[in-house]
Amino acid sequence: MMIEVSNLNKRYAGKTAVSDLSFEVEQGEVVGLIGHNGAGKSTTMRILSCFMPATSGTARVAGLDVFTQADQVRRRIGYMPENNPLHPDMRVREYLKFRARLKGLSHSRSRERVDAVIAQCGLADVSKRIIGQLSKGYRQRVGLADALVHEPELIILDEPTIGLDPNQIRSVRQLIKELGRRHTVLLSSHNLPEVEMTCNRVLIMREGRILAADTPENLHKALGRSGHVVAEIAAPLEELKNCWEQMAEVADYNIAPTEGEYYRCSLTAAPGQDLRPRIFALVVERGWQLRELSRVRLTLEDVYIRLTRPESEEEVI
Amino acid sequence: MQAYLTLTRRELGSFFYSWIGYVVIAGAVFLMGLSFVILLGRLAGQPTMIPITEMFLSLCFWLILLFSAPIITMRLFALEKFSGTFETLMTAPVSDAGVVLAKFTAALIFYMLMWLPLLGCLFILRYFTRGTNLTEPGTLASTFLGIFLVGSLYMAAGCFASALTRSQIVAAMISFALGLALFLAGYLGDQLAPDKTWQVEALSRIAILEQMKDFAKGVVDTRHVVFYLTSTIFFLFLTCRVVGSRRWK
Repeated sequence: MMIEVSNLNKRYAGKTAVSDLSFEVEQGEVVGLIGHNGAGKSTTMRILSCFMPATSGTARVAGLDVFTQADQVRRRIGYMPENNPLHPDMRVREYLKFRARLKGLSHSRSRERVDAVIAQCGLADVSKRIIGQLSKGYRQRVGLADALVHEPELIILDEPTIGLDPNQIRSVRQLIKELGRRHTVLLSSHNLPEVEMTCNRVLIMREGRILAADTPENLHKALGRSGHVVAEIAAPLEELKNCWEQMAEVADYNIAPTEGEYYRCSLTAAPGQDLRPRIFALVVERGWQLRELSRVRLTLEDVYIRLTRPESEEEVI
Repeated sequence: MQAYLTLTRRELGSFFYSWIGYVVIAGAVFLMGLSFVILLGRLAGQPTMIPITEMFLSLCFWLILLFSAPIITMRLFALEKFSGTFETLMTAPVSDAGVVLAKFTAALIFYMLMWLPLLGCLFILRYFTRGTNLTEPGTLASTFLGIFLVGSLYMAAGCFASALTRSQIVAAMISFALGLALFLAGYLGDQLAPDKTWQVEALSRIAILEQMKDFAKGVVDTRHVVFYLTSTIFFLFLTCRVVGSRRWK
């Protein structure tokens, strides 16, 4: 077990940031932490990285307590804080060397590792440039290289892709995916598609608590019970309406005309039903034209919005 | 130990990455040069019995100390807190005390480097006053010991001020106020001199001006040494507490 958090609480003056948080992360997992601003993601990460202690509860990294064995835990963690703070006055290689030495690597070992992370993070072209003059994408990679330089078992990344353009996001995401092969990764993000793509498991947080913890697929299954289907059919409008009214599996429908004689029908199925074979059979039976039939999958975004909407809270648990 | 040395080197280097280090040194060199010229004028005018180091220091030392200490120390913690690098620093395997000591050491080394031109001035004097005992090596050594001890107190106070805030300006102002208060405490003791109460006695113990004069004369009083060392340790201890305060805030 790489991370074990149990009954963790953190209160700042008069405000609860994390309350009764418990979760576990296995070795080799890539876990995404998502939630609103102020949901307690950064606080959780700061506690895990030994920047500050919890008010109560315990957190262990690789079996070591983050409060009493902070020094050993820090050697096992690569942490990149929110907004990726760096020393803008240093050069890339110089900065990474400094960080490697600070983390206790010997001279020769740090040289080796700095070369390795520069290659790994694609920094070879800018290794002699001053950090303050780099683009945000490169700076983010420098932050990642810093987190990796001492070969930590656990990598904690607080919003690693915030403020990057789509190309940069893609390259950073690729990098994180590669990291997941050799390290355990805990990352937080606002960007849900990213979490969906990079993480094996998602923890959804709200107001310092975990609302749901599962693989993206299972979250879809748990919440995707009302499947949406879109069908474009060329048929008389009245007949279509009648069909949907009479079909027991259709909970709700909406018809909109599109170009040609086609109507676009958005259908909501009753729980646990897949409408697609029924629709296909119907069209064949009536001799209509069908040019599109597809199921609308809930994205993690929908799942997230449903979960973090206050009235749907009881649904989850 | 490795982390301490690495951090000290980086801190020392950062004085020279930015223009601040050069500006401070330039300012100090200007004031030293100015007092050198004034000193030469005085020496040319009449014979004197006062050691040359004492004359030298009475001219510019205080100005340099009071203004350079806040500027040297203001960015130590405040800048790191402001830019967020404090978080990456404190999540590396380093102790609070190690970080404080490394930053303090770097500031003190820079401060001593700043005083090096004084050595140059004194050697020039020594060269042209061959045969006299105007600048004895012993006096020179005790003068620099005094500069070092007073400096360590002011750097420690500056570290403390910088750790208190995220703003470099505020840090500099707190540090300047602390330095000025320490400096003026001795004068206050002089003003109250007639009635020898314990307050006056205590204030006269921190009369930095008088103590520095002793060092410049070549007198190394252990009471002074102990005073500077303990007060430096006191301020460093306070700094450690402030840096560690994130744990219970």
